[in-house]
Amino acid sequence: MTAENSSTAATVHASAHKLFSIWRTWAIATNTFRDLVRQKVFYFMLVFALILIGTSLAMASLSFQGQLQTVMDVCLGAMSVFTMLLAVLSTAMLLPKDMEDRTLYTILAKPVARFEYLTGKLVGVTMILLVATLLMTAAFCVVLHYWQGREIENLQLTETAERAAAAIAKLKVGTFTSTLFGGIGIIFLRAIVCATLTLMLSCFATSWLFTVIVALMMILAGHLVPIARSVWQGPVGGAMDVPFHLAILVRLITVFVPDMQLFNVVDDIAVGASVSADVFLRVAGLGAGYVAIYLLVGYLFFAWREL
Amino acid sequence: MRTSPGSVEMKGRVSGILVLLAWGIVKFPVEARLERRMQDTRLGGYKPTASLRQQAGQAGFIAALGGLRAAVADMLWIRANIAWQDVQYGRMKLLFDTCTTMQPRRVSFWDISAWHMAWNGAAHVENTEKDPVARNAKMREFFKLGEDFLLRGIENNPDSWELYDRLGLLYRDKFKDVEKASAAYEEASQRPGHLDYTRRFAAYYLAEVPGREREAYARLMALFHESEHEWLLTLFRQIQKLEASLAIPDGQRIYHDILKLAATPGKEESAYTALTDLIKTGAREPSVLEATRALEQKMDIPAERRIKLPPHDQRPPE
Repeated sequence: MTAENSSTAATVHASAHKLFSIWRTWAIATNTFRDLVRQKVFYFMLVFALILIGTSLAMASLSFQGQLQTVMDVCLGAMSVFTMLLAVLSTAMLLPKDMEDRTLYTILAKPVARFEYLTGKLVGVTMILLVATLLMTAAFCVVLHYWQGREIENLQLTETAERAAAAIAKLKVGTFTSTLFGGIGIIFLRAIVCATLTLMLSCFATSWLFTVIVALMMILAGHLVPIARSVWQGPVGGAMDVPFHLAILVRLITVFVPDMQLFNVVDDIAVGASVSADVFLRVAGLGAGYVAIYLLVGYLFFAWREL
Repeated sequence: MRTSPGSVEMKGRVSGILVLLAWGIVKFPVEARLERRMQDTRLGGYKPTASLRQQAGQAGFIAALGGLRAAVADMLWIRANIAWQDVQYGRMKLLFDTCTTMQPRRVSFWDISAWHMAWNGAAHVENTEKDPVARNAKMREFFKLGEDFLLRGIENNPDSWELYDRLGLLYRDKFKDVEKASAAYEEASQRPGHLDYTRRFAAYYLAEVPGREREAYARLMALFHESEHEWLLTLFRQIQKLEASLAIPDGQRIYHDILKLAATPGKEESAYTALTDLIKTGAREPSVLEATRALEQKMDIPAERRIKLPPHDQRPPE
């Protein structure tokens, strides 16, 4: 081989190895997805969520009024909690498991960038979350359709013709709405944010238990961010009446913790509140922002990490 | 100079935290704006509070924070039902307050809470309190609680016609305040999805408010001229009452319109129904009675189905 040929081969090789390759990321994502599917915890959680969705029927029959509403509340609540738990638990174990199995070293020894590795992991988790959300949505639709039929029968029996017709029309229009499915989309987005947050934490944590606990604490605290923000913004120019240490805590929560309450629109959607497209878009934009930033920070932690 | 592995890791961590800090500063106004926008569209009107924690319990509060807020509210709603069965109205009030705080957009929570307080709670006092003065005072207290739930419900759901409708019912049946009832029905009739009767009720109860007879008469006449669908017994009763009290000239009274209708070919059936309704609600004008009789003969109505005409000089009791 001549020197010229050798130089051309090197150039071709260099151009073949791009800084970021979708195919390499996809390979990691599909492997992650396959790994997660094989884990029993996933099935256990999914079955538990489906059972909870099913038992909403029993809970609805206990309620003395607004049974359909109870079904929606329990089902959407179950979807919200289980997608969040699934996101945190499945993501928290990804890196420690790869380290324990030594798979991580094998992968990173190949020409795979750490950013590709992290992105692939996140895409894999997103795929599993998508499957779980779709399965839960299907079960939810079946349960809701069944209960809607019962409610219509009940209205026909108990109400006057005019009131029944109006209530049935309202029920039909207000049950399977595009807003409801938009709300489920927000649940899915929230789960991805939770997954990215967990992935970011696991990039510097040494134990998966620490990652799970901190991620769950951050998510719970995330529901208190609006309060922290209102204390910070306070009517008299900030948290002046608040003790110093509390003021610092409030600022830290507001800055470092994601506002999970903004992703909590599904409860309002379940009671028939309409959500305008701009709110959906803004929530989606904010979610995308969180995902991008947490992934970047996770990369910064991971890129300089001694493995 | 060689960099130690620890310092390299630290570099990554510091840069990560700096990015997070920058993002926190950027997201602050974005989130605040989005929150304001959501509040404008009445989304996410729920705030976790200490009293909520007290009512929902530690586990319930955490569950509510974790995304099961609506489900926790439903559980507390079931508890309120149990409290109702145990006749614990004080506990019910606390639970209703918690449920409505957790789900302020759920109209049925406000509606049923108000119903339990103003109707069931008041009925319970009526049946158990011996002292009439204390009974009246306590019943009024329950009415006020019901009113408070409805007013707070309206504050959170200003587009709900149902809550204004229930408020009208409460003012009419419990407070015996027809003016407020009329105003509440009027509000209900301006909300999307309202049922037709709310508009009628607004006019009917206005007719009973002293000093607003002229306004009420105009509203009732508007209903009368709107369509034959509105020609109901209460409308005829209220219009005839106002015609008498406002001394409306005979030529402008509604029976002339109905007599004209009776003379219109093809309109006999609806004219007959309207005439009989007019008589049932007080009309005793000879022309009305004669027109009714004439229509009965024209329409071949059997004798047993014909209206029993009262003596001309006697009006039915109010």
